Amino acid sequence: MKTAHLFAMLALGTMALFLVSLLTGPAGFGMGESLSALITGQGEAVTLVMREIRLPRAILAVMVGASLGVSGAALQGYLRNPLAEPGLIGVSGSAALGAVIAMQTGLAGAFALALPLSALSGAVVAVLLIVMLAGPRGGSVTLILAGIAISALAGALMSLVLNLSPNPFATAETVFWLMGSLADRSFAHLWLAAPFMLLGWALLLPLGRGLDALSLGEDAAAAMGVTLSALRLRLVLGVAACVGAATAVAGAIGFVGLVVPHLLRPLVGARPSVLLGASALGGAAMVLMADSAVRLVLPERDLKLGVVMAIIGAPLFLHLIAKTRRAEP
Amino acid sequence: MTLLRLDGLTVKRGDCPVVDGANLTLAAGELVGLIGPNGAGKTSLMRGALGLLPHTGHSSLTVMDPGPRARHAAWLPQAREIAWPIAVETLVMLGRIPHLTAGQRPTAADRAAVAAALATMDLTGFEPRAATELSGGEQGRVLIARALAQDTPLILADEPTAGLDPGHQIATMTAFARLAAQGKAVLVSLHDLGLAARHCTRLILMHRGRIHADGRPSEVLTRDNLAQVFGISAHIAQGPDGLIFQPLEVLT
Repeated sequence: MKTAHLFAMLALGTMALFLVSLLTGPAGFGMGESLSALITGQGEAVTLVMREIRLPRAILAVMVGASLGVSGAALQGYLRNPLAEPGLIGVSGSAALGAVIAMQTGLAGAFALALPLSALSGAVVAVLLIVMLAGPRGGSVTLILAGIAISALAGALMSLVLNLSPNPFATAETVFWLMGSLADRSFAHLWLAAPFMLLGWALLLPLGRGLDALSLGEDAAAAMGVTLSALRLRLVLGVAACVGAATAVAGAIGFVGLVVPHLLRPLVGARPSVLLGASALGGAAMVLMADSAVRLVLPERDLKLGVVMAIIGAPLFLHLIAKTRRAEP
Repeated sequence: MTLLRLDGLTVKRGDCPVVDGANLTLAAGELVGLIGPNGAGKTSLMRGALGLLPHTGHSSLTVMDPGPRARHAAWLPQAREIAWPIAVETLVMLGRIPHLTAGQRPTAADRAAVAAALATMDLTGFEPRAATELSGGEQGRVLIARALAQDTPLILADEPTAGLDPGHQIATMTAFARLAAQGKAVLVSLHDLGLAARHCTRLILMHRGRIHADGRPSEVLTRDNLAQVFGISAHIAQGPDGLIFQPLEVLT
């Protein structure tokens, strides 16, 4: 398939799913009524639902999905490993830790954005630690090791906080938050996360040329004029901005960054540079789809996005494994 | 014209110098074979010269900025890494990265350079195939074509002929010789001394991190050097088409 065709199809698919997401919900308005309310503002209740509930939710789904998709593609390209995923460098774990601390200390209730801000602080701390641990000259292995160390530490501290929690309600709330969701997110969440995500995209999307060169190994890439230390720093900061912001507003949503680049790789001729943009669109489409599904499948039970994502993602991954095995001699 | 100059290049692994004070100049028109036993420092010399390893001493390449350096010297690493199932033509086009600004589409000149490199390495017809699905030797040729497509005055290649069939080994060395005759310089590490004797204009023999001998093949491949550095004996004769070298046995 021509790259331009693929991008056109992904963009169209994302737009269609965006509409589906806008029109899905328990309020049960008609399609024409909903869209006209969204655009013209006629009808108080329906306008409120469309503009203040569904629109920010759909936009956040696009931004979270695109951020996770592009981060996964960039990390897989940099590490030359199709199993790399955005959580690998420990930022999502640390952001979750920040959120858990906010919920357990009651800080989350202090003001509206306390929870996402606390999660973002967790992400920032993780980035500083990674850059410090991985050093200026280290290769990809030190980055993975630093990421694993930070993930493990964040996970342990999270368990510790839950373990020592005196408040079972806060614990239940925390556990549900960790499953990841876009329900009841407002424009305030969007304005908080968007600058970080846009910064992340701006850092990651231009990395294509260096990631292409890295297909031939670090030595060959360095000799082709790619400054690996600068590439790695941009990668870490970009992934951290994307994943930190996504986790802060939506909780932990797995599989998007792992599965989307994997699915799209054969369609872009395996070129890491093209895969970046394609995975951004593909990630947006996938999260929109899953976030519509949580409202359609069990509308009354508040199904969590991260759970549905994993339920969709795991079989997809099994299918990919089966396909890979069939291709082997 | 000098295309590479090393003055006292030293590369250390820990405290141990794996390249010890190498002095070297490469001029346009030369096809230089870098020979020596395993661990003699051939790869470290080339990687140090390119600034890929921490080193002391002077290299004319490391004083250049990364961009201009990539347009001056192409590097073919020994390890044949191809991470993704990229089409052969796309992979060889990666060699044009130093000539393209970010996001720029390949021009007709880039396509011509890629087509020429593919033809040189006998890969015409392989363009749409996934590089990871080729045989080891074919992958080796694709990667050589990538380095050729970079179209630089200087080429450094680390054991490019390893694992190639005899026909493609000779074709690779002939291609390097032709590039040298066109005014480029090629530094190529080799273990096949017969190939080195036959095609190189000059040989550099390394031994325990030092340059042991440097000169025309007949001056370097002497009975003494072979015994001292490789511990082998060989039959060396002057044939009608140049030096003929056949290793015979290990000296005990």
